[in-house]
Amino acid sequence: MRKIIVGMGTCGLSAGAREVHHTIAELLAQGAAGPQGAELSITSCLGMCYREPMVEVREDGGRIIYGEVNPDRARAIVEKHLKGGQVITEWVVYSEDAAGNMGGSEKDFLALQKRIVLRNCGVINPESLEDYEAVGGYRALRQALFEMTPDGIIAEVKASGLRGRGGAGFPTGQKWSFAAANAGPVKYVVCNADEGDPGAFMDRSVLEGDPHSVLEGMIICGRAIGSSFGYIYCRAEYPLAIKRLNTAIADARRKGYLGQDILGSGHDFDIKIKQGAGAFVCGEETALFASIEGERGMPRLRPPFPAEKGLWQKPTNNNNVETYANISWILVNGAPAYAAFGTEKSRGTKVFALAGSVNRGGLAEVPMGTSINQLVFGIGGGIKGGRKFKGVQMGGPSGGCIPHHLGETPVDFENIPKTGAIMGSGGMIVMDDSTCMVDIARFFLNFTQDESCGKCTFCRIGTLRMLEILERITRGEGAPADVAKLQSLSAQIKEASLCGLGQTAPNPVLTTLRYFMDECLEHINHKKCPAKSCALLVVYRIDPAKCTGCTLCARNCASNAIRGKVKELHVVDDALCIKCGKCITSCTFGAVYKD
Amino acid sequence: MANETKGADFTYRLWRYNGAPGELIPLLQSAQEHFGYIPRRAIKYISGVTNISESSVYGVITFYNQFRLQPMGEHVIRLCVGTACHVSGSKLLVDTVIDELGIEVGGTTEDGVFTLFTVACLGCCSLAPVMMVDEETHGRLTPAAARKIIRAMRRRAKEQKPLAQVGPGEI
Repeated sequence: MRKIIVGMGTCGLSAGAREVHHTIAELLAQGAAGPQGAELSITSCLGMCYREPMVEVREDGGRIIYGEVNPDRARAIVEKHLKGGQVITEWVVYSEDAAGNMGGSEKDFLALQKRIVLRNCGVINPESLEDYEAVGGYRALRQALFEMTPDGIIAEVKASGLRGRGGAGFPTGQKWSFAAANAGPVKYVVCNADEGDPGAFMDRSVLEGDPHSVLEGMIICGRAIGSSFGYIYCRAEYPLAIKRLNTAIADARRKGYLGQDILGSGHDFDIKIKQGAGAFVCGEETALFASIEGERGMPRLRPPFPAEKGLWQKPTNNNNVETYANISWILVNGAPAYAAFGTEKSRGTKVFALAGSVNRGGLAEVPMGTSINQLVFGIGGGIKGGRKFKGVQMGGPSGGCIPHHLGETPVDFENIPKTGAIMGSGGMIVMDDSTCMVDIARFFLNFTQDESCGKCTFCRIGTLRMLEILERITRGEGAPADVAKLQSLSAQIKEASLCGLGQTAPNPVLTTLRYFMDECLEHINHKKCPAKSCALLVVYRIDPAKCTGCTLCARNCASNAIRGKVKELHVVDDALCIKCGKCITSCTFGAVYKD
Repeated sequence: MANETKGADFTYRLWRYNGAPGELIPLLQSAQEHFGYIPRRAIKYISGVTNISESSVYGVITFYNQFRLQPMGEHVIRLCVGTACHVSGSKLLVDTVIDELGIEVGGTTEDGVFTLFTVACLGCCSLAPVMMVDEETHGRLTPAAARKIIRAMRRRAKEQKPLAQVGPGEI
C-alpha cells in the first residue's frame, strides 16, 4: 500500500510537523485520499532541517518528498497528489524513482552524501521494530551470535578502520580488544549519548531516527568483549530520543534481541538508560561513569583506563552513538566495503551538522576526506545572504576556527588537527564576515569556564583569567601584552589540566590568535571591531529608509541620546550614547544598526 | 492529574529503593518532576531513604544544571545561546527578553509567570536563533517576534488571573 509519511524529528516538530500530521490523519479518515487510500506513517529527520516540516509520499518503490509543509499544503498534497495522482512539483525538495533516479530542488544536498550511519534516518519509522527488520536490521546481530567468534567480531571492526566518532578518534576495534582482554565476570558496555557540544546534533538525530541500530551495535559489542549489560547515558535535553529509545528497548526485549539467552545463543545482554542532568563535562568518559554512579560528574585520573577499571570499577567499553550505529553496517557489508570510503587513516564516513551562516543547514554524512569547501558550498549551498565566507568552527568548545583560505583541507583525523581545530563530534558552524573571531573565542571560553567542574586549578582558574582578558579586549580595553598572556596561559592549561575539557579549552583562542591576529590587534590597538559585532566598539546608526519615526527607540533610550520628532527620522548622538543596545532591541522595523 | 501520577512515581521510587547504587540522580529527577523544583523536604526524604548525607545530596544537586532549588514560574523560557544561535544574534535576543520581562537570566518575574534561562544548545541549530517556551520551540526569531510571543503569553496568563496578582511592568 502506498504511504504518506510525516517527518517527526525534533526539528520537524519545532517547525510544525505535529499539526501537519494531525491534518493528514483527519483528511485520511474522511477518505480524502480517494478510493485507493494511503497509510499514514512517521519517520524522523532526513537531515534537511532547513526545509522542515517534510512529508513524503512513497509508492511503487519511488519517493516524493515535499518541504516546508504547513496544514494548507498538507491538504493540497492529499487532494492533488494522493487523490488526483498529480505531483505538486514546485514543493518537491527531493524525489527518487524505483530505478534510483534523483530529482527535486534540493537533490544536491543528498546526492553528494554517502549515508551509512544515517542510512535509515528519515526512511523508516523509528518506533517500529518491523520497519527496522525490513531493512535488514538485527541481521548483523545474528551473524555476530551464530557465525562469528568474539575475536572474529573484533578483527572485523579493526579491519574496517572505524575510529571513535565522539571526537578523539581512537580506533574502535582496538578499544574493544582492550576491554575483551581484561577477564572478569562483570563488564559493561556504555553508550555516550551526552551530546553536549553546542552545534552538534547528529547523535540526537540517530537516536530519534534509528534507535535500533545503536542497540544492535551495543549488543554486538557486548558479545565481542564478553559483557552482558549496557548503559546509554543520554542528555535530559533530548526527551524524544529517550522516548524512542525506551520504545526500541521494550520492542527488542519482546522479540528476544535483548534479555537472557538472546535468540537461543546463550548470550545475555540488557540495556538501561541513564538520563544526564545537564553537565557538559559528563561527556568525558570517566566523568560520565561518576555520573551513572550517582556522584558529581567529575573526571578521574587515568590510568587505570576504563578498559581495566571503568564503571563501578569494572572493565568497561565506552563509545558514542555514531560509532555504535556503524557496527551493524560493517558486519553485514564487510570491513572492506567500509574501509573503501575515506582516507588511508580515517576510514568510512562521518556525519556533520552544518549550521550557522549557510544556506542549507542540516545533517550531512560524507566520506572522510571530503573538503570543507565541498561541505559548505557543495552540500551546504554556500553562504546565507550572499555574504563573504570567513571560516568554519569545528569541534565546539574544544575545537577552533578554520579560516576560509584553508577551505580545501580534507576533513579527517589527520588534517583537521593540523589546523589547530579538532574533528570533535562533527559540529560545523559556518561563519560569515559579520562574525567577530575574538568574540567567538570569548564565547567558547565563557562556555568552558561555565562548564568546568572545578576539580583542577588550571581549568577552573586559568580559563577564568583567559576569559577576563578576552572580555577586556572585546570591550576595547585590551593591552598589547594581552596576546602573550593568552598564549602563555593556554600553554599551561593544555599541559596541566586533568581531562579533555581543560586540555582543549584554549583551542578556540589559539586558532583565533593563529589565523585572525589582525582582527585581534585591531581590537587591542585601534579599539575597533572589523566585523562590527562587539557592542562597545561600534557606533549606532538609524537607517533613514527604514525609520518610520515611531519614537520607540527614543523613549527606550537609557541616556536620552536619540533625537527626533514623531514621524521624522531619528538620529543617535554618539556623545551621549552609552551603547546599551536598547534602541536595537526595541525597534520593530529593524532600522537601528551598528556601524 | 499528570502531577499526581508523577508524584506517585517519586513516592514509588523512594519506596522501591533497595540500596542499589546510582539511584540518587534518578530520584532527584523524579522529585523535581513532582515538585517543579527540589524542596528542602525532598532532600530530607531522599537522604533518609538512601543513607546519603544531606550535604552530599546537596552537592550533587548543585553540580548539575538541571536541578533547581527554587520554584520556577508558570512558563519557562529557555533561550538558546549555542554557537549557531550566537552567530545568528542570540545576544540581542537575550537582551530583548531581559528587557521585556525585567528580570535577569535565572530569575522569575514577580508575578510568577515567567522564569528565564539560557541553554547551551537545543539542537535546532538550523532554525537559529531559537527559544523554547515550555515545550514549544520557536525558530528564526527576531527581537520583535520574541516580544510578540512573550506578550501574547502574558495576556493569556493575565486573563486567567485576578488583577491583584499581576505584577508590575505590564504592557
